[in-house]
Amino acid sequence: MCGIAGIIYRDGPHAVGEDMKKMLQSMKHRGPDSTGYALYGTPSEAFRMRITLADTNDKRDFDFSERLLRRRSQVEGKLRAVGANVTEIDETTDYTSTFTFDYDGDLKTLADQVESVRDTQVLSLGHALEIVKDIGDAETVAAQYNLDAMQGTHGIGHVRMATESDVDIAGAHPYWAYPFSDVAVVHNGQLTNYFYWRRRLERSGHRFQSACDSEIIAVYLAERMSEGASLEEAMNQSMEELDGVFTYLCVTADSLGMAKDELAAKPLVLYESDDIIAVASEEIAIREVVPGEIETYDPFEGEVMVWTR
Amino acid sequence: MDAVAGESQITYDARGLVEVDDTVLGVAVVKDGKATIDAAELTTRKINLEIRSLVYEQGIEEVTILNPGGKHSLGVGILTRCKLTFEGSLGYFALGVIDGPEVTVNGRVGWSACENMMSGVVVINGNAGSLTGAAIRGGDLVIKGRVGARTGIDQKGGTIIVTGAAGSNTGFMMQRGRQLLLGDVGPHLGDSMYDGTLYVAGKVKSLGADCVPGEMTDEDLELVTRKMALYDLGSPPELQKFVCGKKLYNYDNLEPSERKLVL
Repeated sequence: MCGIAGIIYRDGPHAVGEDMKKMLQSMKHRGPDSTGYALYGTPSEAFRMRITLADTNDKRDFDFSERLLRRRSQVEGKLRAVGANVTEIDETTDYTSTFTFDYDGDLKTLADQVESVRDTQVLSLGHALEIVKDIGDAETVAAQYNLDAMQGTHGIGHVRMATESDVDIAGAHPYWAYPFSDVAVVHNGQLTNYFYWRRRLERSGHRFQSACDSEIIAVYLAERMSEGASLEEAMNQSMEELDGVFTYLCVTADSLGMAKDELAAKPLVLYESDDIIAVASEEIAIREVVPGEIETYDPFEGEVMVWTR
Repeated sequence: MDAVAGESQITYDARGLVEVDDTVLGVAVVKDGKATIDAAELTTRKINLEIRSLVYEQGIEEVTILNPGGKHSLGVGILTRCKLTFEGSLGYFALGVIDGPEVTVNGRVGWSACENMMSGVVVINGNAGSLTGAAIRGGDLVIKGRVGARTGIDQKGGTIIVTGAAGSNTGFMMQRGRQLLLGDVGPHLGDSMYDGTLYVAGKVKSLGADCVPGEMTDEDLELVTRKMALYDLGSPPELQKFVCGKKLYNYDNLEPSERKLVL
């Protein structure tokens, strides 16, 4: 099933972490396996990179914490080796870290180097994007990563009911569009031409960190945008080229987009006002952040909409 | 053995998704034979239990539910004549399997509203999600707004009226009954319908498999005129009628194994 939510404020930064937590928690029944957030804070000159050093199902033996420390220093070493100037390392939890660094080289080289450290995954990389995902419901993950304090302009989130891949961090949404900075996707549905696109994108050099079909969408869109398409053009093109039943949300540094498949098989409810746009699988989530009686509607089949903050 | 024996008495849901407690709270305010429930702080189960207690046990015929807040599965399974008014939006599966009530929703409904409704009247003063009126058997379902995809899928009777635009596959596999669609209609209208009638006032994006234009008769017009008058929708606009072409009817064909027997 899965539940997705998106929010974009037109009047500057708000408590995007707390709002997204409320939206996702109200849809817990749609997916209690894992919860993920892609939030956009204040853009900075430096890059921020969130990584995990171990996944949920990795063995927690006596050497576990030692391995984590070793991997963290290896990642730091790899960053320095590709020419990044690391200014801050934030140990969010024992198995995740956030690195802040200045860098002007190729992002793929950097991300590939970081992931060459065993069991390490890059969750997000960008000037404003922060992806946080872990096992548990929205409140558990928000508390673990202190998301209530997060201020930002827009974001998306996802509660997952795993259908075709493992319950772990790699299988949790949102997906960062590796290796394109500040692009993330959440998805509710199934893609039926997943392997076709995976092989095709792998041939052009992309790497996939999970066996989850949703990861395709993020990389697909990012590749189209890197070829010069706007977010809206890329999303419209995806309606032709991706098969299956899906509703997905995509965020970039300054916009939020939604796309719904030709069969309109997966839900999405939309609320739009002068200062906020909120979308979610169920209206109950929108009501968590927009009080009072509001008018909402379902977008029709094959619709693509993009809002810029 | 204690743990195994205790399992049959579990009174909680480990995932915290279902509420097991079924005591009626009795928080409704009853005045002159009419009841009002403030649902803001209540769970789905408590709201439904309260409604059922009022209409079944206390003989109340008019119930108003304030602040439903888009919760799912509200007002389901009410099998008696009564008047329900929801002051606000409802979530998924609202008013499913009802038989008899007269319902007004002053707000929006989510997916699968009025699924399998048997009789009664439901007027929704707002938009509706997909699968609205799925498999309804009777009664009138009026949506004063737009609806999502597959409205009246598997419809087996009754009347669905939509004043706004309708999404794709409207009337998908319908078997009986009527739909009056006053706005524009998406692709695949009446796809694989077996029987029943679709009246459309707006533009039709495309017709589904075996859905063909029909001819408006005086009876059709009279029915539409009466229904529209009932719900203050004015006089009928210019309408197109669509019915089943019956080209996909293959009911008389024998299965290969049966054919062998006959021959």
